[in-house]
Amino acid sequence: MNDMSRVEKQVDTKDIKLDCRDCQVYYGDTHAIKDVSVDIEDKTVTAFIGPSGCGKSTFLRCLNRMNDTIDIARVEGSFKLDGEDIYDKRVDPVQLRAKVGMVFQKPNPFPKSIYDNVAYGPRIHGLAKNKAELDEIVEKSLRRGAIWDEVKDRLDAPGTGLSGGQQQRLCIARAVATEPEVLLMDEPCSALDPIATAQVEELIDELRSRYSVVIVTHSMQQAARVSQKTAFFYLGNLVEFGETGQIFTNPEDPRTESYITGRIG
Amino acid sequence: MTDASMQNAEPGRHSVSLMATDEHTRKRARAEKRFRAYGIVAIATGLFFLVVLFTSILKEGIPAFTRTVVSVDFTLTEQQREESEGVLLKTKAYSDLFITALKSKLDERGLNTEVDEVAIERLLGKVGGTIRTFYTQNPDKIGEQIEFDLAASSRVDGYFKGRVSRDTIQDSRFLQKSDLELVDALEEAGIIKQAFNWPFITGADSGVDNPGGAGIGASVIGSFFMMLVVLGLSLPIGVAASIYLEEFAPRNRFTDLIEVNISNLAAVPSIVFGILGLAVFIQFMHLPQSAPLVGGLVLTLMTLPTIIISTRASLKAVPPSIRDAALGVGASKMQAVFHHVLPLAAPGILTGTIIGLAQALGETAPLLLIGMVGFVARGYPDGFLAGFTEPNSAMPAQIYTWAARADAGFYEKAWGGIIILLMFLLTMNIIAIILRRRFERRW
Repeated sequence: MNDMSRVEKQVDTKDIKLDCRDCQVYYGDTHAIKDVSVDIEDKTVTAFIGPSGCGKSTFLRCLNRMNDTIDIARVEGSFKLDGEDIYDKRVDPVQLRAKVGMVFQKPNPFPKSIYDNVAYGPRIHGLAKNKAELDEIVEKSLRRGAIWDEVKDRLDAPGTGLSGGQQQRLCIARAVATEPEVLLMDEPCSALDPIATAQVEELIDELRSRYSVVIVTHSMQQAARVSQKTAFFYLGNLVEFGETGQIFTNPEDPRTESYITGRIG
Repeated sequence: MTDASMQNAEPGRHSVSLMATDEHTRKRARAEKRFRAYGIVAIATGLFFLVVLFTSILKEGIPAFTRTVVSVDFTLTEQQREESEGVLLKTKAYSDLFITALKSKLDERGLNTEVDEVAIERLLGKVGGTIRTFYTQNPDKIGEQIEFDLAASSRVDGYFKGRVSRDTIQDSRFLQKSDLELVDALEEAGIIKQAFNWPFITGADSGVDNPGGAGIGASVIGSFFMMLVVLGLSLPIGVAASIYLEEFAPRNRFTDLIEVNISNLAAVPSIVFGILGLAVFIQFMHLPQSAPLVGGLVLTLMTLPTIIISTRASLKAVPPSIRDAALGVGASKMQAVFHHVLPLAAPGILTGTIIGLAQALGETAPLLLIGMVGFVARGYPDGFLAGFTEPNSAMPAQIYTWAARADAGFYEKAWGGIIILLMFLLTMNIIAIILRRRFERRW
């Protein structure tokens, strides 16, 4: 498969951006994440794979404290972004989410214009002093989201009127508009057709030059195509974490091998 | 896989032609047909009663919009005014002057010259008060010739509208059989005629013996001020409470209890709110009796559960992905709610509010207990603020008052009042539909 060629690329050792140690997540009485420790490197795409309900999305949502919005969820362990504990009492999740952006499974543009969708984040964080600066941020973000050429003539059109793939790229543009350092993507392509998926994957590879990207995916081929590091979750445990090439060609754990070869999951 | 077995017909499976329906399918088809028939019958019954309701309301209520007037040129001299003001029964004095004028007019035309003043008095409503009020308000008109259109008495009005006929009339101090001859003659002369009943729409309630002068206008104003109070209080309180409960409050036993109680409050009979309003707002807080302010406060209590329930439902209907999206770009919870969730829920909130207001507009029972019934609306309030505190009635309470009065003329007014009330409710519902259509957004 030529898909694997990208994986073969030399992976540099980079700074650790997010250092997660001994993480536990409980939903009420259910122990959803058990003893997970992962190092997420800067300027790297890290993929979380695993069968449905294995906790990969839950873990992803811990990284920008989106689980705070779920009443019954309880998170333990240490999550350090550049050495600072993101679950510290002094940390405001709002500030954290500006640094750790998120793209969701279902494209969820606001029912507003394309321009307002992208400008919303910079507006509430006060990133632009005037209209000209805001225009600039919007254009830059839409270019990074690889959707500028398609929408530049209709920035006032509603974001919900775009196609699924365009909506998802708009959501990515919206997420990068606040200049995050880490970009979390929760199955960003599961609602998209193969062509839109290819566009988004290409985009993820480009985003790697500026951000640390964490992507949750059901598709092992996608993980192999876009990521440098892969973590395999199974039943709330982190089974194996390592270089993507290693995981897909020579997994250490028999469960990883079973999943990759299609015997479980 | 079972591919191989699919090719051969399974043993024990009969091959059935699609052209013939089997008994089981026929049974289901019959059940479906029956169900549709029930539905059509139910809708037809509903429509039938609606038609009956509307025709009876219109049939009974339309006459309230016309009135019988006695139209006479009348001149009051300064001397006559002074004399009339000098006697004990002032309105009677004015009345006598008017009757004299009318009689002389009849004499001029050579009509029924033998009729006496008492007979004419029976034809007219309470004219003295109307005339005196007119000259008190317009003193510069004294000495000028004015054409007065005065409401005829209830029985005469009834004679024109078919309530009273020669066969059914009984001689009484109100109207006698012989008077009808005079009425016919006056109609020929153009002195008694039918006119559109503007005073009914713009006027205030009248005394129990003067249905011709009764109008619903003042109570429309009363209802308007009550609705202002209800809107101004229940919308912000209700929306704030719903947003807090739906978006911010933790889910625990205490909030569950609050939720159950709000649902229960929506089912509490309105008269209970009335007696609560009487005890709290009037007896304890000493707010003015019969005032739209108090009525509005009571109706606010009643409307709040409706608004809270509908607001929460429309907040719930906003997809959680919108909240995630907002939180994901670093909006605070409040920003997510106010920038994204609330605008999407707005059509539902507005609809719920208008439905709640419409319900409050038609509510009578609580108003009975805080004294907004009876002859309270003597006229329009003096100014905007006074509108909240001056005794007034409300449309449904006014209708109730009229329906309870003895004179058949008031019965007709009650139906007319219902038409006006329904027009207001219909308008509010149409506004609700338009707002929902206008602001509804798809995603």
